[in-house]
Amino acid sequence: MARIGVVVFPGSNCEFDAAAAVTRLGDQAEFVWHTRTDLDGIDGVILPGGFAHGDYLRPGALARFSPVMGAVERFAATGGPVLGICNGFQVLVEAGMLPGALQKNRGLTFLCQPTTLVVSSTSSVLTRGATIGQELVVPINHFSGSYTCDDETHDELVRNGQIVLRYKENPNGSRDDIAGVANKSGNVVGLMPHPERAMSALLGSADGMVLFEGFLGVKVAPFVLAH
Amino acid sequence: MSSPAPLHRALGLTDTELESIREVLGREPNSLELALYGVMWSEHCSYKSSRIHLRRLPTEAPHVLVGPGENAGVIDAGDGIAVAIRIESHNHPSAIEPYQGAATGVGGILRDVFTMGARPLAVMDPLFFGELSDARQRWLVEGVVSGISGYGNSVGVPTIGGELTFDDCYASNPLVNVLCCGAMPIQRLVLGVASGVGNLAVLLGSSTGRDGIGGVSVLASAGFDGADGAESLDDAKRPSVQVGDPYEEKRLIEACLALLDDGLVVGIQDLGGAGIVCATSETAARGGVGMDVDVTAIPLREAGMAPFEIMTSESQERMLAIITPENWDAVAALCTKWEVRATIVGHVVEPSIDANGRSVAMLRVRQGFGGEVLAEVPASSLADEAPLYNRPMARPADLDAIIADDPSDDEPVGSPNDDLLELLVDPAWVYRQYDSQLFLNTVVGPGRDAALLRLAGPGLPSSERGVALSTDSNPRWCALDPRAGTALTVAESVANLACVGATAKAVVNCLNFGNPEHPEVMWQLSEAIDGMTEACVGLGLPVIGGNVSLYNESGGHDIDPTPVVGLLGVIESLVAPPPGWEWRKGDDIVLVGARHANSHYRFPLGGTRWATRRGRRGGHVPYFDAETLAAAINFVAGEVASICAGQASDVTAVHDVGGGGLAVALAEMVAVTALGVEIVELESHAELFAEFPGRFVVATNDVQSFIARAELAGVPVVPLGTVGGRTLRIGSMIELSVDEVASRRRGALEESLAAVL
Repeated sequence: MARIGVVVFPGSNCEFDAAAAVTRLGDQAEFVWHTRTDLDGIDGVILPGGFAHGDYLRPGALARFSPVMGAVERFAATGGPVLGICNGFQVLVEAGMLPGALQKNRGLTFLCQPTTLVVSSTSSVLTRGATIGQELVVPINHFSGSYTCDDETHDELVRNGQIVLRYKENPNGSRDDIAGVANKSGNVVGLMPHPERAMSALLGSADGMVLFEGFLGVKVAPFVLAH
Repeated sequence: MSSPAPLHRALGLTDTELESIREVLGREPNSLELALYGVMWSEHCSYKSSRIHLRRLPTEAPHVLVGPGENAGVIDAGDGIAVAIRIESHNHPSAIEPYQGAATGVGGILRDVFTMGARPLAVMDPLFFGELSDARQRWLVEGVVSGISGYGNSVGVPTIGGELTFDDCYASNPLVNVLCCGAMPIQRLVLGVASGVGNLAVLLGSSTGRDGIGGVSVLASAGFDGADGAESLDDAKRPSVQVGDPYEEKRLIEACLALLDDGLVVGIQDLGGAGIVCATSETAARGGVGMDVDVTAIPLREAGMAPFEIMTSESQERMLAIITPENWDAVAALCTKWEVRATIVGHVVEPSIDANGRSVAMLRVRQGFGGEVLAEVPASSLADEAPLYNRPMARPADLDAIIADDPSDDEPVGSPNDDLLELLVDPAWVYRQYDSQLFLNTVVGPGRDAALLRLAGPGLPSSERGVALSTDSNPRWCALDPRAGTALTVAESVANLACVGATAKAVVNCLNFGNPEHPEVMWQLSEAIDGMTEACVGLGLPVIGGNVSLYNESGGHDIDPTPVVGLLGVIESLVAPPPGWEWRKGDDIVLVGARHANSHYRFPLGGTRWATRRGRRGGHVPYFDAETLAAAINFVAGEVASICAGQASDVTAVHDVGGGGLAVALAEMVAVTALGVEIVELESHAELFAEFPGRFVVATNDVQSFIARAELAGVPVVPLGTVGGRTLRIGSMIELSVDEVASRRRGALEESLAAVL
């Protein structure tokens, strides 16, 4: 059974849902308060959605300075799997752990709606259990979710297979329909859609299951760094 | 040359009310005391015009744990879980500053719910604006929706539904109502009561500023009286609108629930309208104890605030907790973790003894604990003893003429195809901006008959149950007949819940009316309360809370009476989603429930959306007939509940026939399914657009079996047609392509909002 740390900043609000997805698949979730500076005994880290520290500034701009982020960076540097969902993705980008940036949606409104994602790369801790081209119905829920990066970064993302998920129909103006990206090694992944909200047919979709299974498989089949 | 108004009048108190205050105190009140009475005896806080009527509502049932009068109503939902629900209005602030008005409305209702010990799990927003051809209305809609979205999403409570109504009567006085539902382990239920002499009153959350001073008296208890209503809305009153901080509220929720879980508080109360004076006087009055408040202890946002400003400020995101002195260190530590400010601002003290030897719980405002007493008044005189008014009532003199002008008689048929297209509106532009899914409970979200949630949440015992919520209103009916209109609105709400398989358990209401000093408005209010009583008694429902919003007028025009019904239902087993609106090719379509209205007409058009669009606002409203309604509603609820419990069924889709009538219900199902339907010839054109509750469109793949079950239940069923093809065809009257129906419905709202100025 994997022990997954779910980081909680003041203002996080998807921590219970992320923990529910972990426990639903039989693993153990442990809330990690943002002032903690160690991740001893943790097998994987999730940065959940929400509005860390209120996000009155740019989303994630303050959270990257929370004490826990140093521990998360060290954890990731040793190959530990890290997943940022929505606000968690924004935090990882602000912390420089993932390339690019997230700007306001094309229509300048918040969007909560189902989207269809297409798996673009399986060389990441999140998508390793899926197949390329597989379509997954997963909802989005964000104001600042339009992914952007410069041409050079984009070339590199494409070359390295770091674009892990794309929108089938682009809801927010993201460059190249990007919904989720990984770092070069594939052990740090961020995505704007909420796979933890797609874990049950009763709630409309169970397609997030394959993503969490990949991420939580860390104990059974440790993720091998690509480089 | 006129002399300046005396202070009490400037504070919204009448001469008679000043006399009552003198009587209570046995002396002349000082100016601080007058200010306290001014806010606490405002219409908003005291319900002084409505309370004698509200007493007629039924409020009891075995499952009711807390009825009206507390911060929220609470029912026992089973499996050790209590559900709290509350509805409020934030109409006047939203008219002036739509973003902050709507945002702080959300913040306020959440505090009402978590102050009971419940974690807020869902918000709904019934919204009423003028027609979107007016640029100001588009500004209001965008501001209100983004305010709800900005606050609700950030604070982390899903917004799972609401209502959207456009009518000219709201042009200068939009209505922004907000409902919140929360749940708790039943043992965490807590009331806003101060007790234990020597205990501490601790102010939690934000500092206190000058925002919202007199909000309840300046805004919520007065109309907009400029000749052109909109003119009087703006600058002068804007400083009375509070500013919301959802991040502060989020931390406050977590800190308060943690304080309750750790058993660290004796009582807790939110600070809403009338701020500190309201919270301290209400908790003291309920507990029968005195309270000393140190006005210098209260953390301020700006220097130089006068005691009356500090005591009455409506600065948001504040709570008052009553704790024992031994627990202070633990409370302070927990609040530090959540970065929530905690300050001791008051002491619970012995009640005083008056001249007649009776014990009186006094609220004392002091300059420093033990310092000079700035104000000293009996707490209950502020909280509970505002004068009650039995204001004059009169049936509007022109009502008979308006009723007699019934469009069912003579309104030309016109083009049913065009009429139908114009009645279609998909509110998705609104609800897409709301997080409707947080907490993984949302089985049916916004935009359907009712919302359906799993009854689950952090810290709750596990349960297979679900809760259903709906908000409903029909000002068109209520303008013609507030009694029948309100009763039918309750019925409509119960019917909506049936579509998701839930049994109605409790009603909350938000009564939005015009100026109570107009006898016609008081008559409307009284009639609406009687109608709600009739429906709730007839359908076996308790009313467990409510809010009255009066003075919804501008430029001398009252809004149409707009009682909003919030309905809470429970479903015992929720393991599969209800059928929803999506029928399948080859399904048979039937109409369940009485085909003809119990009315002057078989298919009444009075008060319908169809007639109102043509400028015909008169006519007769159908009668309320509990027995017929209940039979159809219970049958449908039972059919859907068995599907939710995981049983096989021939029913594939269910939709309530509501606003816009049968034609709109069918068109909505066509639009979401992208599958056409062939409907038989109806009895008349009026059958397309008539509105009366208790009817459902049901799709089934075994029509014989379905009809047999309905007959067994004594519920009428009329076969309507079959699903298939790319056309919505209703006899010889309607013929529209599926694509046109879907695209007109999808685009209607966005196109109106994008209208070129």
